[in-house]
Amino acid sequence: MSQPRRIHDIAHARAGDKGNISNISVWAYDPKDYPLLKRQLTAERIKQAFPKLFTGTVTRYELDDLHGLNFVLLDALEGGVNTSLNLDSHGKSFSYLVLGLPIEE
Amino acid sequence: MNSMDTIRLGCGAGFSADRLGPAVDLAQRGALDYLVFECLGERTMAFGHRDRMLNPARGYNPQLAARMRAVLPHCHANGTRIITNMGVANPRAAALLIVEIARELGLPGLKIACVEGDDVGHLIDDDTAFMDHPGTVKDVGLRMVGANVYLGVDALLPALKAGADVVIAGRVADPSLFLAPLVHRFGWALDDWTTLGRGTLTGHLMECGMQITGGYFADPGYKDVPRLADCGFPIAEVQPDGSFIVTKLPDTGGCVTPATVKEQLLYEVHDPSAYVTPDVVASFRNVLIAEVGVDRVRVSGAGGLSRPDKLKVTIGFDGGFLGEGGVSYAGPNARPRAELAAEVVKQRMNRINQRSGGLRIDLIGINSLYQTAEIPAGDSTDVRLHVALRSTNRDDIDTMLWEAESLLCCGPAGGGGYRGQITPCVVTHSALLGRDQVQPTFEMFAA
Repeated sequence: MSQPRRIHDIAHARAGDKGNISNISVWAYDPKDYPLLKRQLTAERIKQAFPKLFTGTVTRYELDDLHGLNFVLLDALEGGVNTSLNLDSHGKSFSYLVLGLPIEE
Repeated sequence: MNSMDTIRLGCGAGFSADRLGPAVDLAQRGALDYLVFECLGERTMAFGHRDRMLNPARGYNPQLAARMRAVLPHCHANGTRIITNMGVANPRAAALLIVEIARELGLPGLKIACVEGDDVGHLIDDDTAFMDHPGTVKDVGLRMVGANVYLGVDALLPALKAGADVVIAGRVADPSLFLAPLVHRFGWALDDWTTLGRGTLTGHLMECGMQITGGYFADPGYKDVPRLADCGFPIAEVQPDGSFIVTKLPDTGGCVTPATVKEQLLYEVHDPSAYVTPDVVASFRNVLIAEVGVDRVRVSGAGGLSRPDKLKVTIGFDGGFLGEGGVSYAGPNARPRAELAAEVVKQRMNRINQRSGGLRIDLIGINSLYQTAEIPAGDSTDVRLHVALRSTNRDDIDTMLWEAESLLCCGPAGGGGYRGQITPCVVTHSALLGRDQVQPTFEMFAA
């Protein structure tokens, strides 16, 4: 048995913050993997994977021509950079939270 | 130097503490028409107000003098004009400092425009409502330190038209710093929403500096970036129709690829079809990205709809202090020892001070950044206990740090490397102001 593949194997990502809202864009390296990425990373899956962290609504925007997805997560930053006591109060590391999810075959 | 049909914009800083060397490199060899320094965030703005309260002659970017000394001679020699928000909470003092520096450098006649009108503290009162959550200013219960509205290109254009060599402002929307010279030179109409949307995309991609030339991107073995330590700042070569090429100086480190451009395209963007600035509601939904050479990526296809009637205001409050401290445990059984240390701090903060509420304890090396995400923790033989607390009462913070430091003799075996620090905090909230309430002005100073 080989290791289960992770999203990190097929995509790259970047996270940004505005107030208590985080956005994570995820991009398929190879356009051929974009349909798989789109099936794997639904807004529902992102929310259910980290329910205590992503307490608000998760919205997914799709950029089909560029093979990318943008997740907008409300109330996701433990209050935001002003009040969070997380070492990473901007949620910069959230991109790798998503990239660490397994690809469910 | 450049064809009339292309404007070359450079970004010399993407945040307040960004590197200086690559900016000097651009000023010297970039053949730029404009060099833009974007140095302002919501929190840096509030800290600027705090600085100004402590000393009325301060409140601008702390690196302003170093940056100007280093780039002004090159910009002057190459005919490159500078646009920046490094004025932060005191653009006038910043402009006067630049005048002084220009004289020192022997650049008489250099024209420095100070743009004001973003400071709207006088328009904010207890009943000002927030834009994105319920509540008003009085509900925050903290002292307001300042309020600034996001100005757009209309605030910068008069200064450019008057021939300023340096335009220094405070709170201007980041992309507007780049859009303004395009509007000025190409004569774009301020209601040509499609073209303004394109120029806003140029600004959006450029405003974080190296985040488009290989910074914030490298992931060894997956996304390799050549010579990251020598990464160059970006250049945009903009055409009159608003399409542009993102590139960098050829012998600098880093890379400009479709992947670096895509990641930056949606950085801090929510709905890709509605990126709101004071100038336009830009759409990035149908953007096209094409590699046209080594470290040359062509970007086109952005659009736009009419600008908003109301402008966003950031209101900063004095949030007291953030205290952080830590002690490390390594070797056999490191994790249980660190966990015991965490338990000791928790119990004592509870018993002695009834202050364990709001206290956060992380085990760095086991689970810190993702603690709330509840990812199953791995094990480590090198674990750092990290404690953190925010309070408007400095005594609470001192007590917590004392408790952390006392672990050295009173905690589990083998703990070492205590460090503790206290940093001032600001809290920010956003509100909206009618456009008619905002009147940007500029004043020209000559060196």
